[in-house]
Amino acid sequence: MSGTTTDRPAAPAGTSVAETFPRTSALRGLLTRPELGSVVGAIAVFVFFACAADGFLRASSLSTVLYASSVIGIMAVPVALLMIGGEFDLSAGVMVTSSALVSSMFSYRMTANVWVGVGVSLLVTLAIGAFNGFMLTRTGLPSFIVTLGTFLMLTGMNLGLTKLIDGTVSTKTIGDMEGFPSAHAVFASTLTIGGVGVKVTILWWLGLVAVASWILLRTRTGNWIFAVGGNKDAARAVGVPVTRTKTGLYMGVALGAWICGQHLLFSFDAVQSGEGVGNELIYIIAAVIGGCLITGGHGSAIGSAVGALLFGMTSKGIVFAEWNPDWFKFFLGAMLLLATLLNTWVRRRAEATK
Amino acid sequence: MARFPTWVVIALTGALSLSLAGCSSTGGKRAEDARKAAAAQGRVAVNTPRWTFAMITHSGDGDTFWDIVQSGAKQAAVKDNINFLYSHDAQAQQQAQLVDAAVDKKVDGIIVTLAKPEALKAAVARAERAGIPVITVNSGSAQSKAYGALTHIGQDESVAGEAVGQELTDRGRKKVLCVLHEQGNVGHEQRCAGVAKTFSGTVENLYVNGTNMPDVQAAIGARLQADRSVDAVVTLGAPYADTAVKAKADAGSRAEVDTFDLNAKVAAELKDGTLGFAVDQQPYLQGYQAVDLLWLYKYNGDVLGGGRPVLTGPQIVTKDQAATLEEYTKRGTR
Repeated sequence: MSGTTTDRPAAPAGTSVAETFPRTSALRGLLTRPELGSVVGAIAVFVFFACAADGFLRASSLSTVLYASSVIGIMAVPVALLMIGGEFDLSAGVMVTSSALVSSMFSYRMTANVWVGVGVSLLVTLAIGAFNGFMLTRTGLPSFIVTLGTFLMLTGMNLGLTKLIDGTVSTKTIGDMEGFPSAHAVFASTLTIGGVGVKVTILWWLGLVAVASWILLRTRTGNWIFAVGGNKDAARAVGVPVTRTKTGLYMGVALGAWICGQHLLFSFDAVQSGEGVGNELIYIIAAVIGGCLITGGHGSAIGSAVGALLFGMTSKGIVFAEWNPDWFKFFLGAMLLLATLLNTWVRRRAEATK
Repeated sequence: MARFPTWVVIALTGALSLSLAGCSSTGGKRAEDARKAAAAQGRVAVNTPRWTFAMITHSGDGDTFWDIVQSGAKQAAVKDNINFLYSHDAQAQQQAQLVDAAVDKKVDGIIVTLAKPEALKAAVARAERAGIPVITVNSGSAQSKAYGALTHIGQDESVAGEAVGQELTDRGRKKVLCVLHEQGNVGHEQRCAGVAKTFSGTVENLYVNGTNMPDVQAAIGARLQADRSVDAVVTLGAPYADTAVKAKADAGSRAEVDTFDLNAKVAAELKDGTLGFAVDQQPYLQGYQAVDLLWLYKYNGDVLGGGRPVLTGPQIVTKDQAATLEEYTKRGTR
């Protein structure tokens, strides 16, 4: 028997539990929340590291953990939305680097105010996202192939163009250029809250989660996203603009990449052109741990945030616990499997009691 | 769960007893354990407090070079009564976060590599504000002082490249192929630029995909076949030297293969003349000195190098030194 019904009298035969007891359906509603498994996991990992790792609970340590989570989380939010919409994006990791490179090189070459570079970079990055969406909807190729192509092209362009334009593999520093201080404040500053330094990326992250949750749960666009992820043809039949929705989702990922890229640029002044490869998988892992279905149609923005938090806690918790970092990937893989299994199990139980 | 079929149990037992009976009397894990036991282990040479030092490098996963650096640092840590922590990440941003985490842990000293200097600037400054001494190793000699580090220990990549260029000139070479196995690594670019600076002939760069060895071999082989005038190949990492040797054989080329950095294979190939020479930056020394100098600073306020980088290389190693080096490379300290 499902644990949700043991604390109340048995339902009369022939009537479904949900009809008789509305409170049970609320409980079931909680159980079917996509992020439930990851929240349980996150609490477990937090308690675990709080006990195992010296100094993990210190405010400055937690701020470092949150920062590490936020740079993944900013990307995990749009990646999760995209996955709910039934697609995924392998170019997301290098797109962050591309975005930073465009911004930096444009400002430097044109000797423009850095905000001009930031604007140009936004346009270019959104164009890359639109390209992904366009290719996907026009050619009908699977997103795996389309974005794998974009991933490879961007990786090559990052190195090739940087070498061509700047002569070396990293960009020139733009730290002394006009507009840098204000851009730094927006994308990479550290706010002091209660004596603890808090990176501004955490605010960007929380903001994105809030906006994405609102879109998913309160707007028509949100319904469209769930619909195209659930069944594209059925969605199209009832009048959902499938092409527009998917392209929009890819541009959402591009927007996230732009924010992350600008953070990278303005916190470090210069950008290394070879970076970002492999991060796309981390974003996908965060979204999946957070309850997004690989097949689409199910998931949440908050879940992706919890997934990113899990990632941040694990990667830095291992440092605080003074463990051998060689085992980090193992730990991560085990967590991914556990979270996904838990999610599947919870959903099956909930559906079985329907 | 179903019980194992009997034949599985028999097969497993058989395999186990065979592997026990068929133990090798030379080499292997047992010989390694014996060597380790022989080295001074578990004994502390100083009675200073047990400080914690963290080392954070830009190494990727499973890099032999950084194993040697670590092994130097660990032995110095045992001697100096230091709790030594090691972490690494090839992505600059993550490496900076690891430094932040070490600062949050309030360690007593930090050793960091500045392969991507700008990315680490803020994190190193934060350590300095927290009163944690920082020593930079391996890469970043130009930025180390400006970022507030005590000192830098390592090899100047340009100087090392220049030494190679000079050696190749002395050996009467005309056309050199410089094989870069990591696109986007500033140090690699500096090495090849250094070679080009002092070499009297021409230098051509060849970019290969370092994480795919067969691909590296094919790329070098193809280039040697296409251009018969190449009479020297310089690889930037020890594992690639052997691959270059194989590629040379495939292509039927007579070019001399030389390399940066050492490992057991390189030492053996130096000894039998397969390789011309190797440039060693002594990674063991980088790890060992970093821990030891931090300890000296904590204990005695000592700083070595007078504010200038302490160079651990380049040391040019040829056939003459190969025999002695072989023993050290085998135990993983050279």
